[in-house]
Amino acid sequence: MPSVGTLAFDEFGRPVLILRGQESKKRLFGIEAHKSHILAGKAVADTLKTSLGPRGMDKCMVSPDGDITITNDGATILSMMHVENEIGKLLVQLSKSQDDEIGDGTTGVVVLAGALLEQAEALLDKGIHPIRIADGYELAAKVALDHLDKIAESYPLDLKNLDPLVNTAMTTLGSKIINRCQRQMAEIAVNAIMNVVDMERRDVNFELIKVQGKVGGRLEDTMLVKGVVVDKTFAHPQMPKEVRNAKIAILTCPFEPPKPKTKHKLDITNVEDYKKLREYEKEKFTEMIKSIKDAGANLVICQWGFDDEANHLLLSQELPAVRWVGGPEIELIAIATGGRIVPRFQELTADKLGFAGHVYELDFGTTSEHMLCIEQCKKSNTCTIFVRGGNKMVVEEAKRALHDALCVVRNLVRDNRIVYGGGACEISCAIEVAKEANKIATIEQYAIRAFADALESVPLALAENSGYSPIKTVADVKSAQIAQNNPSLGIDCLNTGTNDMKSQLVIETLIGKRQQISLATQLVRMILKIDDIRLPGESEE
Amino acid sequence: MRGDLTTALNPIPLYKPGGGEEKAEIARLSAFAGALAVGDLVKTTLGPKGMDKILQCHMGDGPDAGRLLVTNDGATILSKIGVDNPVAKVLVDISKVQDDEVGDGTTSVVVLASELLRETENLLAQKIHPQTIITGWRKATSEALRVLESIAKNNSSNLEQFRSDLMNIARTTLSSKILQGKKDYFSKLCVDAVLKLNGKTDLQGIQIIKRLGNNMSDSYLEEGFLLEKRIGINMPKRLENARILIANTPMDTDKVKIFGARVRVDTVAKVAELELAEKEKMKDKVNKILQHNCNVFINRQLIYDYPEQLFAEKGVMAIEHADFEGVERLAQVLGGDIVSTFDTPDKVRLGKCDLIEEIIIGEDKLIKFSGVAQGQACTIVLRGATQQILDEAERSIHDVLCVLSQTVKEPRICYGGGAAEMLMATAVSQLAVKTAGKESVAIESFARALRQLPTIIADNAGYDSAELISNLRAAHTSGKSTFGLDMENGRIADMIQLGILESFHLKQQVVRSAAEAAEMVLRVDNIIRAPVRQRERDMRHH
Repeated sequence: MPSVGTLAFDEFGRPVLILRGQESKKRLFGIEAHKSHILAGKAVADTLKTSLGPRGMDKCMVSPDGDITITNDGATILSMMHVENEIGKLLVQLSKSQDDEIGDGTTGVVVLAGALLEQAEALLDKGIHPIRIADGYELAAKVALDHLDKIAESYPLDLKNLDPLVNTAMTTLGSKIINRCQRQMAEIAVNAIMNVVDMERRDVNFELIKVQGKVGGRLEDTMLVKGVVVDKTFAHPQMPKEVRNAKIAILTCPFEPPKPKTKHKLDITNVEDYKKLREYEKEKFTEMIKSIKDAGANLVICQWGFDDEANHLLLSQELPAVRWVGGPEIELIAIATGGRIVPRFQELTADKLGFAGHVYELDFGTTSEHMLCIEQCKKSNTCTIFVRGGNKMVVEEAKRALHDALCVVRNLVRDNRIVYGGGACEISCAIEVAKEANKIATIEQYAIRAFADALESVPLALAENSGYSPIKTVADVKSAQIAQNNPSLGIDCLNTGTNDMKSQLVIETLIGKRQQISLATQLVRMILKIDDIRLPGESEE
Repeated sequence: MRGDLTTALNPIPLYKPGGGEEKAEIARLSAFAGALAVGDLVKTTLGPKGMDKILQCHMGDGPDAGRLLVTNDGATILSKIGVDNPVAKVLVDISKVQDDEVGDGTTSVVVLASELLRETENLLAQKIHPQTIITGWRKATSEALRVLESIAKNNSSNLEQFRSDLMNIARTTLSSKILQGKKDYFSKLCVDAVLKLNGKTDLQGIQIIKRLGNNMSDSYLEEGFLLEKRIGINMPKRLENARILIANTPMDTDKVKIFGARVRVDTVAKVAELELAEKEKMKDKVNKILQHNCNVFINRQLIYDYPEQLFAEKGVMAIEHADFEGVERLAQVLGGDIVSTFDTPDKVRLGKCDLIEEIIIGEDKLIKFSGVAQGQACTIVLRGATQQILDEAERSIHDVLCVLSQTVKEPRICYGGGAAEMLMATAVSQLAVKTAGKESVAIESFARALRQLPTIIADNAGYDSAELISNLRAAHTSGKSTFGLDMENGRIADMIQLGILESFHLKQQVVRSAAEAAEMVLRVDNIIRAPVRQRERDMRHH
């Protein structure tokens, strides 16, 4: 009686209650617990399986408020699934950590974990202890990772010739809906990264790349703006819509009379006070405008608002101004234009101004919507990817896909070793792991062999999604890999006629793959070690 | 062993209660059902003989409560029906984007997308992989757009011809709307209005004022500007050679803006003094305004009695509470600055117009500014018997203005009446014949979906669509690429002679977004629902 196992009986046959509310609490342990975990894990992985690869399908997510998201991105699907099962939640986190660390391969990692769990089920049925399975997986993962390092190739990283990078980005984008303009998007992603890359530290600061979307137009209109795009307009409708050679004052102080921070009360007791106050107020406004003028600025960007009077003063002084610009945007503008963010008018000097060659408003369609585009900045290493698309879902999906592509290119900059995609490296690892398995004397052997089988789940899913007979295709490729001793043979998803991923240019980063295998193994080990689940019961109210 | 049984028989709950997923075939079924339902819903409004829909808004709270809406506009219908099906929402979204981007063709885009999905049902039954269909569609889309571009004509260099093109486009757009009876009249109205904008797409300069009463043909285009406000009391109701100061400034009491300031006095006498000082301040302000040498003062905010009285004494016309849009528009029309401080009278540009007068339309008094400096703005005054007619007329006029202004920007034109669709369908069919592999089936299906649009137009008009469409197809195959449906006489005819033209940009956008949306829906093989957020009832009112 596993579910009531905590009941003990005293000598009169009355149950002794050990835990409060014991009857209503749910408990699952032993082999039952393992089985239920594996089932849940498999269910999540099955959902994602069909999204894998260039021929994978999308998922349509309906949010609690009824909004629609259509996506192919594993991490996004899982995070919006509202999974309740505990093991399901672990898989959601697995995908998220792959997303945070690598940015791509979020579907693959879940599929792999699902396959490992599935294999573990068969081993459990054979009577192998979960810990032995976990240890075997650990050994196998080490073998696979070593093998990955061996077959990895160093990739030419040349700032003059970006083609290889573009090809990698294209592999990432291949599975997304925006693969209609795969090449263009890949080039945008690579150019964006190259714009901000720090070759000495071999790192990329993502803060400098902003991805902004706007519904309308078409995907092909997506462009890389070497500057900043802000969803704001000039404060006064009659300010010029275009400023050339802008010297920008970036302010975080409002156009208002100063507010002392300490609590105070200013009492007006007679008419003189009142008049003085009036004068003071007026003076302050002119002073503020004057300090901007004196610094030589011809464009004001302000984090706060300014009232009508200030607005008009700015207009009459021919100072175009933008108000209510958000914090992150103001920082971006400051970085891009090389200006300093000025918190007080007194501190405004000429050397704190930012510079941009061209600032103008963009118009869209029939609605009177505008965006402000700041281009030709002094320090042009910030950039904005401006995504257009036929509807809201496409734009959102394109943004996610571009994020993935950006991550992949950044990973290549960090570590330029690559492996071949299309299931090639998984098959190669599977062969190697299976070979190693035979050398192990203990029962971990079975677990290692199972690991090899699980690795093949990725090429199997790829083949299935592409409409091939999965087992036959993978078997063919596997035998070809052994016969030709060529680890770059994979599944020909797009039916181009060759299995060689090297010539098809299906390239993935080594760190991405390594991360997938080690994260999936880690998680499965953790799940296998759980043998007891307790759930709080329904409260009896 | 009750515990064992429960774990064995209960499936493991993966989702929170209320959530769940639909997989593969079932997901696709619900996707298609949604798309087809939406398509069929708006289908009957397509074309010159399309029907209208009545929409009744929810009873209850909100500004639209219980309102009745009669419309022919796809985007309006779809935005009001509140669909629940996820795929239907995608279609609603594309029609909204089409509305924002081009302004018209909102029905066509939804119908085309849903027809494409209808075709897929058959293709999937033939076991063709969705991704193969998508590949085929992409080829078909680019072929369709290529051929559309090859036939598009640009007459913008010839002004005379361009104007008549615009007239034709306006007439074509209007022919499916409530205004079709007066389409010549309204086409002229709209073309005049748009040409005044000098190529700008910003429609803010064109104001539409609706007034109940009279006949629709009493609607007219007002050169100049109408403001739905009253002139203050004791002020001249008619003014020639107006010099207008447009302002946005508080004219009640000028608040002291310094933080923390407050008035604290100990005697009543001092209150009176302060009040006087306040009055003084307002008087100063008025004097400063008067130094601008203006004879009309228009403020965005309220003007209180005291300053109004001061203005009246000086014989200056003061108009209060012209809301934000009104002020911006006025500034644009009259060519003046919007002013908030009054210390530099020499720098401020005053707005000018020849005549300001109060006029009466129906029962309402409006202020009319005529002979304005910049002729870019104008007002269309719509008259009609019921509120519904007026609303629908406004939507129609808006559609036409959008299409026209977009055409001025992208002046290429193509042929309406199903000619463009048939042309694309013929080209895509030819591509299908030339293509090897399963994709050709998908390409052919794209052509069929395109051909559905003229079919629906003919069906809606009550003609024998099978006969007409095959005649039309034969005409196109034999090279008469300007032939389309003549819905007045129920036959096919040359669209150039009938003058049924449409904007190239519009057609292009329809094909593009419909294909994109259909592709998006087709890629979905799984619909995952999150549990619906429980809304807690607001207990404050009970």
